Amino acid sequence: MSVAPEPRPDPALERFGRYLADNPMIPLIGFLLLLVAALEIMRPGIVTPFRAGRDELLSLFWIGNLIKFAIPLAMLAACQVLTMLTAGIDLSVGVIATVAAFVCATLAGSIGVAPAVLIALSCGIVVGLVNGFGVGVVRVHPLIMTLGTGLIATGCLQVYQRLVINAGTEIPGFLGWLGTGRTLGMPNGLYVFVPFALFILWIMRFTGFGRLLFAMGSNEHAARLSGVRGWQVHLALYALSGLIAAVAGLLYLGMIRQPSLSLANPLLLPSVAAAVIGGTSIFGGRGSYAGAIIGALILRVLDTMLTLLQMPEGARTALFGIIILAVTALYVRITGSR
Amino acid sequence: MTSLRKHAWVISLAVLLGALLVLTKLIQPGFGVAGLESLARAALPFAFATAGMAVVIIAGGIDLSVASMMAVCAVTAAVLMERMSGVPAFLIVLSVGAAMGAINGALIIFTKVPDIVVTLAMLFVWEGVALLILSSPGGATADWLEGAIRGYFLFAWLPKAFLIIAIVAAVIWAPLRRTKLGLSIYAIGSDERAAFRSGISVGRTKIAAYAICGLFCAFGGLSLAALTGIGEPVPGPYLMASVAAVVLGGVVLGGGKGGLLGPLIAVFILRIIRTILTLMAVDPNVTTIVEGFIMVGVVMLGTALTLKGARG
Repeated sequence: MSVAPEPRPDPALERFGRYLADNPMIPLIGFLLLLVAALEIMRPGIVTPFRAGRDELLSLFWIGNLIKFAIPLAMLAACQVLTMLTAGIDLSVGVIATVAAFVCATLAGSIGVAPAVLIALSCGIVVGLVNGFGVGVVRVHPLIMTLGTGLIATGCLQVYQRLVINAGTEIPGFLGWLGTGRTLGMPNGLYVFVPFALFILWIMRFTGFGRLLFAMGSNEHAARLSGVRGWQVHLALYALSGLIAAVAGLLYLGMIRQPSLSLANPLLLPSVAAAVIGGTSIFGGRGSYAGAIIGALILRVLDTMLTLLQMPEGARTALFGIIILAVTALYVRITGSR
Repeated sequence: MTSLRKHAWVISLAVLLGALLVLTKLIQPGFGVAGLESLARAALPFAFATAGMAVVIIAGGIDLSVASMMAVCAVTAAVLMERMSGVPAFLIVLSVGAAMGAINGALIIFTKVPDIVVTLAMLFVWEGVALLILSSPGGATADWLEGAIRGYFLFAWLPKAFLIIAIVAAVIWAPLRRTKLGLSIYAIGSDERAAFRSGISVGRTKIAAYAICGLFCAFGGLSLAALTGIGEPVPGPYLMASVAAVVLGGVVLGGGKGGLLGPLIAVFILRIIRTILTLMAVDPNVTTIVEGFIMVGVVMLGTALTLKGARG
């Protein structure tokens, strides 16, 4: 890992660092492209089929696949970015996504698709509201609160599974279409994700709610003194986060097509990693969703690379951790922020 | 006043534990020394994970990699004990644990990345290391290690496992608390900048706190290996459980307050609630829900009670 020298480097480097701090997307996109290039060197032709003798310049199939698997991760990362803006974190998103997917898959056959989806989404909102109540009203640390509700939701899911063990599961057709189908070469999920991402960016940048999130994260006391009702913001924030997680769970269900009791749980820690790599501070007040999306893509490319390396699973897991740490450390070093 | 409240919390936890023990006896008149012994044995890894977590949280940090470090120590113990005699292996595992913790702490200091993120990344790293050491459950443990946590000591009613927790925690923590290092750990937890200005080396203290956490995790890993007789490379559910017990035990997230006794009592409270629910023939899945509610409920109650202190 190359690290910039510690004591006051030359002014040019410092200016470069400040420039990158103002435009965090540039090094991120650069790193993503670097990774893709490395992948291309490792397996010539995977990204640019023309080098392997086919007549495409860029493999739409590969890019589509990359995007497809990054979407649920990027959606869960939205939950982390939004909550981290207020110096919180939502560790219940993995469980919420799993609950939503499982509930939807088990109910769709018996009560119809639309009610099943509605119930699945409201599960997410309910867990989110409980989180918001705990964090905003009772003032429990978000880490503890969301960990606890995640635990409770897991237990409820296991009990629920015993009740519907004979019911069988059914993946609603449109979710399967969203998860596995392609239109114009791109996965269908992308056509849901793009409006979603724009919506999140719009919330963060152009709405009063978004400004409240930044304000609460920068200085909660000051925000309170200027008349912000913190508990209302938290309630709305965590409910939104729960809803997003539930939607992500439904999308993921369509992609995996195999509801299980731990479907989306492995996505939880990577979603935190994606947000952090994307330049969101866990101390609140600073964050960007565009960065988190790139972060999710970076994690996916890394995943592909590590799979291609055919290393033992342990080395892959360890390398994954090391890279997350290295990227974040480098980012902190260059921009001088934490 | 603050210390009074802190002790009040620990005392009420102890009373609660006593009440729960009585309740267990009422539900299951046959519950006796044997039940207590298996309870203490099952609580061993949880207790060590909790002790480690408590130290870093007191120092104002958090270590998400405890379960992974325990897995590394468990497989190291299992692999080493298959090949060499137990005592050197035992010592090697302890130093491996402390070294892993020190690496966590050093990375936090030198990269300046927030502790949650560093230990989150290290969670993957240590998990991977455990898988590299032993790709599937295997190895063996020394007989004396298994014997050490089974049965009773001195009195016919004192489980060895319980004694081990008490001794390890006391030997590591009690002297430490009275030294400069122990004081520094509390100081950087309550106000890092103030601690720095009063001449405490924040970096060194933090690394020491994480190394102590790693040491406790090594004991946790050893007890895991002793409980199962093999090394299991996949981390268990100790992360969530340890955070829950630490918070229930009266250690404030954010650092500077609390001790080790409260969290350790909390571990037993959480375990005995599990036992009670099992004795009452409650669906084990419902037990998970109840545990979640207890964790959230207790923290809510605790926060509400100390809201004034926490706000200041």
